[in-house]
Amino acid sequence: MKREIWKGSEAIAEAAIRAGCRCFFGYPITPQNEIPEYMSLHMPQSGGVFVQAESELAAVNMVYGAAASGVRAMTSSSSPGVSLKQEGISYLAACQLPAVIVNVMRGGPGLGSIQPAQGDYFQATRGGGNGDYRTVVLAPANIQEAVDLTQEAFDIADQYRNPVVLLADGLIGQMMEPIVWKERTPRTLPEKTWAACGRGNRDHNNFITSLLIDAPSCEAHNLELHKKVLEMEKNECRWEEILLDDAEMVLVAYGTPSRVAQTAAENLRRQGIKAGVFRPITLWPYPYARLREIAALDRVKGFLTVEMSLGQMLDDVNLAVAERKPVKFYGRCGGKIPGVSEVERAVQEAWKEVK
Amino acid sequence: MTTIYRKTKGLQDTELHYCPGCAHGIVHKLIGEILEEMDALGTAIGVCPVGCAVFAGNYFSFDTIEAAHGRAPAVATAVKRTHPTQPVFTYQGDGDLASIGAAEIVHAAMRGEKFTTIFINNAIYGMTGGQMAPTTLIGQRATTAPLGRTKEQAGMPIRVAEMLSTLDGCVYAERVCVTDIPHLNKAKKALKKAFQRQMAGDGFTFVEVLAACPTNWGMEIDEANQWLMDNMAAYYPLGVIKDTEAM
Amino acid sequence: MKKEVILSGFGGQGVMSIGKNLVEAAVAEDLEASWVPSYGPEMRGGTANCTVIISDGRIGAPLVERPSEVVAMNRAALAKFESRVAPGGTVFVNSSIIPDKVSREDVTAVYVPCDEIASELGNPKVANMVMLGAYVAATGALKRETIEAMIAEMFTGKKAKLVPLNLEALHRGMECGKPA
Repeated sequence: MKREIWKGSEAIAEAAIRAGCRCFFGYPITPQNEIPEYMSLHMPQSGGVFVQAESELAAVNMVYGAAASGVRAMTSSSSPGVSLKQEGISYLAACQLPAVIVNVMRGGPGLGSIQPAQGDYFQATRGGGNGDYRTVVLAPANIQEAVDLTQEAFDIADQYRNPVVLLADGLIGQMMEPIVWKERTPRTLPEKTWAACGRGNRDHNNFITSLLIDAPSCEAHNLELHKKVLEMEKNECRWEEILLDDAEMVLVAYGTPSRVAQTAAENLRRQGIKAGVFRPITLWPYPYARLREIAALDRVKGFLTVEMSLGQMLDDVNLAVAERKPVKFYGRCGGKIPGVSEVERAVQEAWKEVK
Repeated sequence: MTTIYRKTKGLQDTELHYCPGCAHGIVHKLIGEILEEMDALGTAIGVCPVGCAVFAGNYFSFDTIEAAHGRAPAVATAVKRTHPTQPVFTYQGDGDLASIGAAEIVHAAMRGEKFTTIFINNAIYGMTGGQMAPTTLIGQRATTAPLGRTKEQAGMPIRVAEMLSTLDGCVYAERVCVTDIPHLNKAKKALKKAFQRQMAGDGFTFVEVLAACPTNWGMEIDEANQWLMDNMAAYYPLGVIKDTEAM
Repeated sequence: MKKEVILSGFGGQGVMSIGKNLVEAAVAEDLEASWVPSYGPEMRGGTANCTVIISDGRIGAPLVERPSEVVAMNRAALAKFESRVAPGGTVFVNSSIIPDKVSREDVTAVYVPCDEIASELGNPKVANMVMLGAYVAATGALKRETIEAMIAEMFTGKKAKLVPLNLEALHRGMECGKPA
């Protein structure tokens, strides 16, 4: 298959179109402007709808409208903008509507910086908006994966009738790499008989709503949503193991830091430390079970979590490892990317303590 | 036996939860009748607000989407653009449309979105229990303006139909009320015209309905309707505000 | 094989573009490659830089602390990145507008009068292509034929007449970069 060179943000946009996304609603914010810019030209050319909304709130509610009427839709933003979208994401989850939300993360909190960061981990993996729900969170570490996961995201969203978040850091959005457009086998998906798209000959009207004003119906609805949470936990967990077969020191990282960790592990092996990388691809559901197995191996002496945030995924690593082995942490934040040598030093320090 | 009156097929056969004297039930009926007359009950998509009309989808017989507070115009934008041949409307109150959703309604009108907005202006927050709205009149009491609204504290009430009429994307705006049969007939004409112009693809269409809220105003029904005509209609003039060619 | 290069210069000098050219050529040779631009306020300051990695294996960290080569198209680029080059690495200096010499002794310096050569060829825009030629010749990272084929693909239709000029620029640069 022919390899093409694509910039991350544009590749995500094109992947969405190829996955049958028919609408894109966005609002400018750095560093993801290439997505709405690409969509503004190519979405109408492919017969779809592009609107530059008046705000992130409006954009996500346009996605809600499209999804409610049965159409594949996406929005993208970066950290502060995604905070604004949380209202809509909660409503999408509540109304069981499929949609894809891309977050190309920048430094925070507040306006923060415009450089790559991972400070939105908690927000993305714990639901983000109000109420009891989760979204599947996909974290690409290279452009090929960004393309593959974007396309998959629409299928996952449709299968579970739940919003899916593609959580990339600014570097993934900005970098270029070769990719191939793979032949996809789309999932077998249920028909959208629930959509409010015009009643036609249906014997009832479809009413998309999340208001269940009496407690028993609201609880019943929550339990219904929770069944899907359990299903998604069972079916959608993904991760990658790099140099892990004989590893004694395990680096845990996602997105750009996982690549830094990979290079650090290669270097460390030349220095006599058998390091490997555990890379979650889904941040929710988190691959707890596999990480727990790894923690139970005799040869594994300890873990080092590497993030572009100050110990957010660390919580999940600790939940998985459950004090079976020491878990250390190295993070940069605010737009700073950990350097390979910094990570090597952090591993060397940790190794002294755990070996 | 001849049928002299039949309930519109645009409404489900169910009880409405609205208070006595409330305009919502009447306007729901008018919308149902119009869409039935236009043979659009199978294609229409309504977008309802947060507020007293939050359950409208349980009353209308056609497909309905409940939007987050104020966001109905954003939701309807996507619905109409993905279903351009179908009638789409938002049904919003004054808190929803003129306060929290001010940005969404202005920008939908600016873009000339080809849907209809039906704006129920009763100068109060109904569902949350009578708080001050952007359209609450000067001197009018509300639970968050217990001594009456003052312009010093809260500014002057907003005339939404006039404001939206300044936008080229808005091709039709009319203010009506449903306090008596002649006004109700005018209201139906206005609503029908709005839907017809929507379906002609002319641009954004807007009907503001001055509505009584006897419960939160603390008035009897007749008194409330009289107060509406004397005070609201004085500040919010009834009639066509804008009726221009397609944008 | 792994090359990790930082290319830097004024916006408009075409450093981002020859960075992309390196990626394109690497992909044509079935290698892995990545390109990361600097972005944001840095860009607005007038200096542009990008990091390109070419490798025969999977690429880990897309940014490098100690690049194997630095391509400096202006004085600020040399000042900023000379100290970063890995020992034994190479610094490419656009000597047309950079009067300074590389001060380090543990790196190789390649001086390329990019703008002078471009002017001689009658088009100042091909200065970056001269530098690309020097880089390719000095590092041997990519085949000459690959770059030539890429140039032929870059300029098609009305722009096809630019192919000989760019090839000439590439070849003149290769002369400068040829290992002594």
